[in-house]
Amino acid sequence: MTGAPVLEVRDLCVDYGVGKGGVRAVTDATLTLRRGEVLGLAGESGSGKSTLAYAVTRLLRAPGVITGGEVRFHGPDGVLDLLEADAATLRRIRWDQISVVFQSAMHALNPVARIDAQLTDALRAHRAQLGAAERRERAVELLRLVGIGEERLRSYPHELSGGMRQRVMIAMALALEPRVVIMDEPTTALDVVTQREILDELMQLKDRLGFAIVFITHDLSLLIELADTIAIMYAGRIVELADAQRLFHSPRHPYTLGLLNSFPALHGERVRMEGIPGAPPALTALPAGCAFHPRCPFALERCAHDVPRLAEPAEPAGPDGAPADRSAACWLHTGGEHVPAPLARVLGSTL
Amino acid sequence: MTTTDTARVVHGPKRPGTPALEARGLTKHFPVHGGLRRGRVVRAVEDVSLALPEGTVTAVVGESGSGKSTLSRLLTRLIAPTAGELLLDGEPVGGSARARRAYAGQVHLVLQDPFSSLNAVHSIRYHLRRPLKLHHGLRGPELDARAAQLLERVSLTPAERYLDKFPHELSGGQRQRVAIARGLAVQPRVLLADEPVSMLDVSIRLGVLNLLDELRERERLAILYVTHDIASARYLADTVVVMYAGQVVESGPAVQVTDAPAHPYTQLLLSAAPDPRRREPVVLRGRGAPPSLIDPPSGCRFHPRCPLAMPVCAETAPPVRPAAGDQVAACWLLDPERAPGTTPA
Repeated sequence: MTGAPVLEVRDLCVDYGVGKGGVRAVTDATLTLRRGEVLGLAGESGSGKSTLAYAVTRLLRAPGVITGGEVRFHGPDGVLDLLEADAATLRRIRWDQISVVFQSAMHALNPVARIDAQLTDALRAHRAQLGAAERRERAVELLRLVGIGEERLRSYPHELSGGMRQRVMIAMALALEPRVVIMDEPTTALDVVTQREILDELMQLKDRLGFAIVFITHDLSLLIELADTIAIMYAGRIVELADAQRLFHSPRHPYTLGLLNSFPALHGERVRMEGIPGAPPALTALPAGCAFHPRCPFALERCAHDVPRLAEPAEPAGPDGAPADRSAACWLHTGGEHVPAPLARVLGSTL
Repeated sequence: MTTTDTARVVHGPKRPGTPALEARGLTKHFPVHGGLRRGRVVRAVEDVSLALPEGTVTAVVGESGSGKSTLSRLLTRLIAPTAGELLLDGEPVGGSARARRAYAGQVHLVLQDPFSSLNAVHSIRYHLRRPLKLHHGLRGPELDARAAQLLERVSLTPAERYLDKFPHELSGGQRQRVAIARGLAVQPRVLLADEPVSMLDVSIRLGVLNLLDELRERERLAILYVTHDIASARYLADTVVVMYAGQVVESGPAVQVTDAPAHPYTQLLLSAAPDPRRREPVVLRGRGAPPSLIDPPSGCRFHPRCPLAMPVCAETAPPVRPAAGDQVAACWLLDPERAPGTTPA
């Protein structure tokens, strides 16, 4: 995590609805996305991962309301708080600097417009100096970038396969060479082979063009392969934040551990795995204290009434004496408590 | 899996005795209505023979369009096969209304989406009482006792807490358990589960898979587990059957097939699957998408995508050959006369 920050989220809170009927969907989310980094947001349905992304881009629709925090975007003309930005500024920044690949390309593409029209639309709005021929040239280039031939320019979305539609969505997101691309379950609906092809292309493009990615998914096993840093969300809060290998080999939050134990392995001996007992809570009926405590095998007495804050785990520094550079929201790691062995593993010095 | 000298290879777990459900040469061609391709057929499932012995889980793995869901629907008799036959406990299944009803009491389907497979305006009690009434003619207090017992069998305890709830009051995992309990009400021999966990939250999927595992042991059910997730197939199944473009390309013991895949398509699937333990960058063993089933490729249907394709692959469909032990695959690389010296890695 060396690059300069491009997007800093501080204490972001998002509610759905106001007053008595309102629920808090995201609570005190704090994240930093750096240049060229892939930041993974993992969590189950209702964990707030998509809400967080839509709030950051100010695409959140009513009844969603941003109730606190700040989102600092480091653009070419300096730092900008996106939550304070007016409509004209947002219009300038969106797609130009921050673009989004939505979950379902089936529904995100306009079924009655041809691919070229949809691809050049953003160019027309943001690059007024380009002529029609230049726009077309750029559209061809974009399609080639994601492995689609020029002959598809005049196609309608229904004439393309699911994988091709998702590729078109990615090409559109890259049209203006943004600094940040937010991807909300971009490959969930696709077969594994297509998913892998698209992700391979995406990572190559990222290395070449240097944009940063926020990758939202429920598939933690995929994210560990893909992301540099992973934030695990549960019931609207970030419960653990660490680089991908640390998170996989030495999780600190019991929910992360449970999630990792929910994916059967492709290799090795077959052992019975238990997943996590119970089910994720509804946002309307969040348990008091740590929202995970009713499902947590290591819950302490205080977990039922005190909410743990996201903080660096109290543990000895690594073999090289460096600080842990990770955080977890769990009372087990605030010092003084006995930490169960599965949550105290140290990442081997080989990595 | 019988010997390869006979014309037909039967996939599925090898167990002594008569399998609970057997499919012989199941084929389904859907006619295409309207459009330029009117009068032609979609070859969704081609000549699949499968044996499901009691007390086993057979996983059918494949991409969308591989025919795996059509196969499970053929096994439920919701759709009629173009060719082939079904045997329940070794007896051919009749076509009369009475026979169909008896079959429905023996073979039950669990659907993918527990949000739409349960009726939103009825309580859990109603869902469980229906099959008990219709198939077993139960009445009165016995009905409720049996309904409660069903919930306990799928670990929804105490049952009283769930009986009067409505589907929207339950989580996805609980709903899928109710759907399975409803299936168990008819005391089936065979449970067909079509992507039973893909709509559920990650942390509760294993609970449902473990329930299927318990039902295999405790109730001696023959279970067909249809999935696109090869890691979960490896976790749960005795035998994995890999389908591609309507055909079975490989089958064998779950761990053996996933650790040492013999067919290039299985190798491709495994190379693409997410794996946090992967150390090297992914090398995809083949590219592209499955073919149209209206005009499937000649010879081996996988040959246009296969990195190891030989001239013969485009001409003649490969026979099913033994790979190792009970593992079989339909690939020319396994043919001693055709293979170019080496066996696939």
